[in-house]
Amino acid sequence: MTDAAAPLSTADGRPLKAALAASQTRARRRALALVAPLFLFVLITFVVPIGQMLFQSVYNPTFADAAPALRQWFDDNPPGAAIDESAFAALAADLKQMRAERTAGAAGTRINYDVAGTRSLFTAAARRADSLEPPYREAILDLDAGWGDPLLWRAMRSASSPITADFYLAALDLTRDQTGAIVQVDEKQRVYKLLFGRTLMLSALITFTCLLLAFPIAHLLATLPLAKSNLLMILVLLPFWTSLLVRTTSWIVLLQQQGVINNALVALGIVGADGRIQMIYNQMGTIIAMTHILLPFMVLPLYSVMRPIPPSYVRAARSLGATSWTAFRRIYLPQTLPGIGAGALLVFILAVGYYITPALVGGADGQLISNLIAFHMQKSLNWSLAAALAGLLLGGVLILYWLYDKLVGIDNLKLG
Amino acid sequence: MTTAATDDGFVVFDRVQKSYDGETLVVKDLNLSIGKGEFLTMLGPSGSGKTTCLMMLAGFETATNGEIRLDGRNINMVPPHKRGIGMVFQNYALFPHMTVGENLSFPLEVRGMGRSEREAKIARALDMVQMGAFANRRPAQLSGGQQQRIALARALVFDPALVLMDEPLGALDKQLREHMQFEIKRLHESLGITVVYVTHDQGEALTMSDRVAVFNDGRIQQLAPPDELYERPQNSFVAQFIGENNKLPGTIEEIHEGRALVRLANGELIDATPVNIQARGQQTLVSIRPERVEFKPEMMPPGAHTIDAEVLEVIYMGDILRARLRVAGSDDFVMKMRNTLGQTRLSGGTRIRIGWHPQDARALDPM
Repeated sequence: MTDAAAPLSTADGRPLKAALAASQTRARRRALALVAPLFLFVLITFVVPIGQMLFQSVYNPTFADAAPALRQWFDDNPPGAAIDESAFAALAADLKQMRAERTAGAAGTRINYDVAGTRSLFTAAARRADSLEPPYREAILDLDAGWGDPLLWRAMRSASSPITADFYLAALDLTRDQTGAIVQVDEKQRVYKLLFGRTLMLSALITFTCLLLAFPIAHLLATLPLAKSNLLMILVLLPFWTSLLVRTTSWIVLLQQQGVINNALVALGIVGADGRIQMIYNQMGTIIAMTHILLPFMVLPLYSVMRPIPPSYVRAARSLGATSWTAFRRIYLPQTLPGIGAGALLVFILAVGYYITPALVGGADGQLISNLIAFHMQKSLNWSLAAALAGLLLGGVLILYWLYDKLVGIDNLKLG
Repeated sequence: MTTAATDDGFVVFDRVQKSYDGETLVVKDLNLSIGKGEFLTMLGPSGSGKTTCLMMLAGFETATNGEIRLDGRNINMVPPHKRGIGMVFQNYALFPHMTVGENLSFPLEVRGMGRSEREAKIARALDMVQMGAFANRRPAQLSGGQQQRIALARALVFDPALVLMDEPLGALDKQLREHMQFEIKRLHESLGITVVYVTHDQGEALTMSDRVAVFNDGRIQQLAPPDELYERPQNSFVAQFIGENNKLPGTIEEIHEGRALVRLANGELIDATPVNIQARGQQTLVSIRPERVEFKPEMMPPGAHTIDAEVLEVIYMGDILRARLRVAGSDDFVMKMRNTLGQTRLSGGTRIRIGWHPQDARALDPM
């Protein structure tokens, strides 16, 4: 037993652990060097941009930089304090600085996110900032009575701090009233929740139709002899090798009102010439086109799970007295669950963030949240709101992932 | 050789044929009658049609022609789940997502059996294979031999009268296989079930079966009890397939009253027992088992025919010594000697005279 207590050593007396570490150092260094490029690539192209995006959703210094005096005033006066002469003096000083630094437009845009129609207030006031004389309150209210709006001041207060949750509130159709309490926005302006709901609903539907279509295909692929299943596999993968745009536009050709399917239906007399079915530029178009495009992502994980299931399981079940339906339900289906889970998760996550297809064939009511993110990125240039929307989407997907882990277990995931 | 099907068998194959592609027959005119309580083994090389026969009996393949009867009832059109036949598969086919207990419960559940009755039957079946303590394990946690036992218990748990086994011991190591052969045989005897067993291992077939059907080329070559099969093979294929076998090619010189005179390739004449040889002048293969060959004059059976031989090599195998001889121009004639205390140790190059009883030399078809 004394041997067990003493540390083991090599033949020449070095401690075994040190010798082991030394003998493995070279291999470990080389492994590290091989992994380093990929690690850096992932860091630079994935972690950094996403981190930046998430940061931008809570950090917007535009107004805080453009209006330092107001920022100081808001710091000195708690929310709810009277908007007095000193506040207007700070505003006047900032307006003068905005004129000098030409930041009135940007600052106005930032406030405009929260209170519509205020951008022009800033640009107009900054233009005449040099002529402002004390008392500033009267002078500025003379320029435009809108400056007295408590909502505007509430918005400026919140914008004056660069770290803000306002964009997340906006992304959830929430805002703050003049006292700072969180309330729902006006019913007419609620768009995001509706779009999130629609995105989740359509994605779930697309996932379901994909599963419905992919299961028999994957089963066929898994049971056919290899030569035939290879050919079928090529047909499944063919869409992968075709441009996304081509595939989507070919659906337009097929589904539009003067398209192939409608023409065929009319020619067959199934629908009248004036009763052509609207199958595209609505939710139906989005569902059909996206199901087609995402189908391989469901087929492949299912196939990879089904291929190694030997036919003897179902045979055994049948020989034990189960009908073919019972054998399928109780023996075959449970064994494909990891594939179903992986495929559903993959398709759902892809569908939630899909952009091109709904943009092309979605029309008005087939738009998804990603289209709105793109709108804020490209048109309204409210990147912080776009980032907040994307951040919510990311959070939702992570929650889904976590749920899947809890219910099925991530180690059961089989992607191929 | 096929035996005519009789109607009194428990399982009857009546002129059954099977083709997968419509061009070649995998099973050609199979007639086989298996008695109740019998242990019948289908033995043959791969592609001989034995597994296809089993699959037709289980209901996973349909006979292209002919009739399969179970207990007097035509089951050609009966789906597998209504046949009530237990089956043990080559890879065990234990359901991986269920525990051992759930695996055994499955056939009882689909029969709508109540919970308490199910549990009693499961416990009994597990005890039968000495696996009573394993009901809550998953198949993946069991060794190959344990999985085999569970597969056996599952095939028996719903009390089928007929159990099919498709090379069930193929994946086990030699020792375990021999042990399981014994276990299966014991279960067969104690339960009184009918077993149809498929294997390509002749040792397995000989030790376990009441009768063995040797398959080749889609036909039963011989259907006989193990001893008859080994000692009196009906044709060259069976002689060749079962056990070790010496074959000396020759021509029938004379044939009458159960004796044949065969002229070997080097012109020597030997006595043999004609089996599936009818006329003189016919080509033949004389088959002699290596353990029936003797070289010591005092041990030679009476009436033995002796012939010159040259020892090429002697291989020490422990319990026996195996000598390869040159006999009548062929270089692969084998003689087996028991490794007894006083056994003469031959060495290469020695010239000896060997002999055997004419009954042990069987003149068979030249294949």
